[in-house]
Amino acid sequence: MSATLLTVSYLAATILFILSLGGLSSPETARRGNLYGMIGMAIAVLATVLGPQVTRTAYPWIVGAMAVGATIGLYAARVVKMTQMPELVALMHSLVGLAAVLVGFANYIDPAASAGFQGAEKTIHELEIYIGALIGAVTLSGSLIAFGKLSARISGRPVLLPGRHWVNLAGLAVVIWCGGWFIGAHSIEEGLQPLAIMTLIALLFGIHMVMAIGGADMPVVVSMLNSYSGWAAAATGFMLSNDLLIVTGALVGSSGAILSYIMCRAMNRNFISVIAGGFGTGGGAPAASGAAPAGEVHPISANETAELLRGAKNVIIVPGYGMAVAQAQHAVYEITKLLREKGVNVHFGIHPVAGRMPGHMNVLLAEAKVPYDIVMEMDEINGDFQDTDVAMVIGANDIVNPAAQEDPASPIAGMPVLEVWKARSSIVMKRSMASGYAGVDNPLFYKDNNRMLFGDAKKMLDETLAALKA
Amino acid sequence: MRIGVPAETAAGEKRVATVPEVVEKLAKLGFSVAVQSGAGDAANFPDEAYRAAGAEIVDDAARLWATADIVFKVRAPSPVEIPLLREGATLVSFIWPAQNPELMRSLAEKNATVLAMDSVPRISRAQKLDALSSMANIAGYRAVIEAAHAFGRFFTGQITAAGKVPPAKVFIIGAGVAGLAAIGAASGLGAIVRANDTRPEVADQIKSLGGEFVAVEYAEEGSGTGGYAKVMSEGFQKAQAQVFARQAKEVDVIITTALIPGKPAPKLISAEMVRSMRPGSVIVDLAAEQGGNCELTEPGQAVVRHGVTIIGYTDLPSRLARQSSTLYATNLLRLTEELCKAKDGRINVNMDDEVIRGTTVIKEGKITWPPPAPKLSAAPPKPAAAKPVVPEKEKGKHGSARAPASARATATVFLIGAILFWFVGANAPAAFLGHFTVFVLACFVGYMVIWNVTPALHTPLMSVTNAISSIIAIGALVQVAPPMNSSLERPTGWIVGLALASIALVGINMFGGFAVTQRMLQMFRK
Repeated sequence: MSATLLTVSYLAATILFILSLGGLSSPETARRGNLYGMIGMAIAVLATVLGPQVTRTAYPWIVGAMAVGATIGLYAARVVKMTQMPELVALMHSLVGLAAVLVGFANYIDPAASAGFQGAEKTIHELEIYIGALIGAVTLSGSLIAFGKLSARISGRPVLLPGRHWVNLAGLAVVIWCGGWFIGAHSIEEGLQPLAIMTLIALLFGIHMVMAIGGADMPVVVSMLNSYSGWAAAATGFMLSNDLLIVTGALVGSSGAILSYIMCRAMNRNFISVIAGGFGTGGGAPAASGAAPAGEVHPISANETAELLRGAKNVIIVPGYGMAVAQAQHAVYEITKLLREKGVNVHFGIHPVAGRMPGHMNVLLAEAKVPYDIVMEMDEINGDFQDTDVAMVIGANDIVNPAAQEDPASPIAGMPVLEVWKARSSIVMKRSMASGYAGVDNPLFYKDNNRMLFGDAKKMLDETLAALKA
Repeated sequence: MRIGVPAETAAGEKRVATVPEVVEKLAKLGFSVAVQSGAGDAANFPDEAYRAAGAEIVDDAARLWATADIVFKVRAPSPVEIPLLREGATLVSFIWPAQNPELMRSLAEKNATVLAMDSVPRISRAQKLDALSSMANIAGYRAVIEAAHAFGRFFTGQITAAGKVPPAKVFIIGAGVAGLAAIGAASGLGAIVRANDTRPEVADQIKSLGGEFVAVEYAEEGSGTGGYAKVMSEGFQKAQAQVFARQAKEVDVIITTALIPGKPAPKLISAEMVRSMRPGSVIVDLAAEQGGNCELTEPGQAVVRHGVTIIGYTDLPSRLARQSSTLYATNLLRLTEELCKAKDGRINVNMDDEVIRGTTVIKEGKITWPPPAPKLSAAPPKPAAAKPVVPEKEKGKHGSARAPASARATATVFLIGAILFWFVGANAPAAFLGHFTVFVLACFVGYMVIWNVTPALHTPLMSVTNAISSIIAIGALVQVAPPMNSSLERPTGWIVGLALASIALVGINMFGGFAVTQRMLQMFRK
């Protein structure tokens, strides 16, 4: 295959990737979008393998390595539970990061790769290697920590080192100093030392950064790492002078960046403050000493919940991370189905940061066969609460906290929330009265029209379902 | 401790301060309850019912007062009753301390502790013991019933064999607790209900009960501060009067509930408006006790003026005695629960508790009314003022502060961008610039495409972008065995090892990512 044909193939792959992302604008076109992505990837890989840059001797090696990867990947994709999606995605990001680091190192120790470069071109090439490995290493360790936090192998609480911002700054200074050393290096052996030091620091930085971020900020972190893996690919593209890699990396990078932005906006916080970490610890003190919404909560039983639901005409269900933890989405669907058969109007209200990654709740509900046209976004449904008889909150807390609107002193003031308290009555399913991730007490629980259904969400929903059927 | 419930002595008062159902619950809290014989008769609670619930029936009022540690009453004690109160006992009833300084003094002389049900602070935690609200709710309902009674037609519209009956039109002024109850009751009877309130934010509540909000088309200056307890400006009043005059000509029933705390009721319905109403129309004036919203109201009576029945009863809750007694008794029970958290049958008037502090007007002979200002004033702005003010402030910030700032910010961004571009252009080699162009344009394409992605598909988006980022495999593929055209020495073993490891890792991502995305997307169905 000639070099021009290769270029055209890459162009085709680029277009297919863009179409693939464009397809995700609605569930109808999304499946075709995914297909475009696969075709694009197949074209890109085949064209590269058959192209002038790969000789025949490499074929068995490449096929072997691909087969190993494919087996593991397909197996993982088949067995993963939908509640574990955030973990899987985080783990996959780490693979891209690792690959970027490895490719960078391999490229650097290959004299053939930089043979043609002189002067400024050589400096830029080395800078590209350096930056590619840097981003790759941060993505790698950050994603691994995110994976650990999401799968509860590591505590979700933010770990805050004293003077952590200074630690980060010192790390950055060393990285820049190593960069100067690296570019000035006379031989490959000498250059490997700063590259290795930098990689180590980048790995530590990735760990440090994600450790400082708490569980509910994970949607931001996961999308940020998604963005990083894209930038790593783009940097690799610069290194290899490959436009396909650059374009794809830029697409993925901006996608992740936009998702992070959307998530931050949904929490009314800016990106820097999320990355700086430690949310909920600083704001906790004034929340505790300030006007704690004292009062009485009204507990309710599963039977009474069923009674309320049976008497309702309009019901809105607001799921949160608690539903994912309890694996309660199927029970939710059964109740939804039953209510819909009885002519009750059931809708779902999804807050953008509900769960641990963007769109987490939608995927869980889709898995449970809830039709997507009754699953609404926050802005679509907020106006409907006042005509709603029962709003049922399943394992969510901060995203339905009226303090965000009513109490300017609250740490979550200004965060957009689902206005469940406007419904005629609301039921909150919760394991205990513990406050949410932000450490803010929730005045909703004390409202007169609110009832609390304490217990494991799945168990309570099953009991409610049984009572509804009876 | 012993709770005594005497019969009410005020003329026409039918309510009683406790009901058998509540007696049982008070007993569970550890109190013994004594009820004066016949106290509940007017509210249809006979002595036997109290006895069955565990109360002691005492025939003699004097003995009941003398033996009770705590006295529950509805109305404030009369001059005859005050001497009966035991030295140092506790009294719970309506007091209206501002209007009754003489009463306060004589109660203080008795060393009594007095909790006034009209002084319960208006905070959400105290709602369950807010007797004013329960009574207002009943008054609103009863007002509609009185109006229907005096009105010569159906409330609901009907088409009968004998002809068509138009529905009655009811206009309700003031959408507080009583007003909202009246809206609900009137629309429940089938009437066309309209309502007006000076606070625009209650429009939604009016609609939710089936009423139609009649707005006064006048932009009151500073309307954001919330006009709950405020006398409106003259211009507003004029505009309001025009609206009311128009409504008076159209509607059959007017129910007025407008009160400004601490002031006489505003005169909203003039004699002229009454004259303009159709004969047979009804006005129910819930503000009669404070002088009335209608000029022609005679407090405590129903009178006919210009063919319009004007009802100024001041005892509407008492006219629904069984209901109002039950709700009032429950309010008292909630108060008792607050006072007796230990459920050991003794009360603790804890002055650190905001609710109890506000309700207590005399503590062991010392007048503690009015309560310290900050605690009371902290409460009302919360529901009324804070809510509208906060979002508006926010909006103001976004609208006004942002517009000029964003122009400056844009300029800054462009300036930084220009410097960066100049720097890159001045230093970078041509080959790099080609890639750089592609990179920047791709970022913009990505930006445009991603904003179109529906939020429901954000998880599939992440997994598909993740799969696509395995394009980095190409970097590894070209390293495995490139065509060797130079005789450079190359650490082949290392390079191939690293490259193959990358390919395998990325392979996981590539296949796994696309497969899991496909699996997820299969699940999205209508």
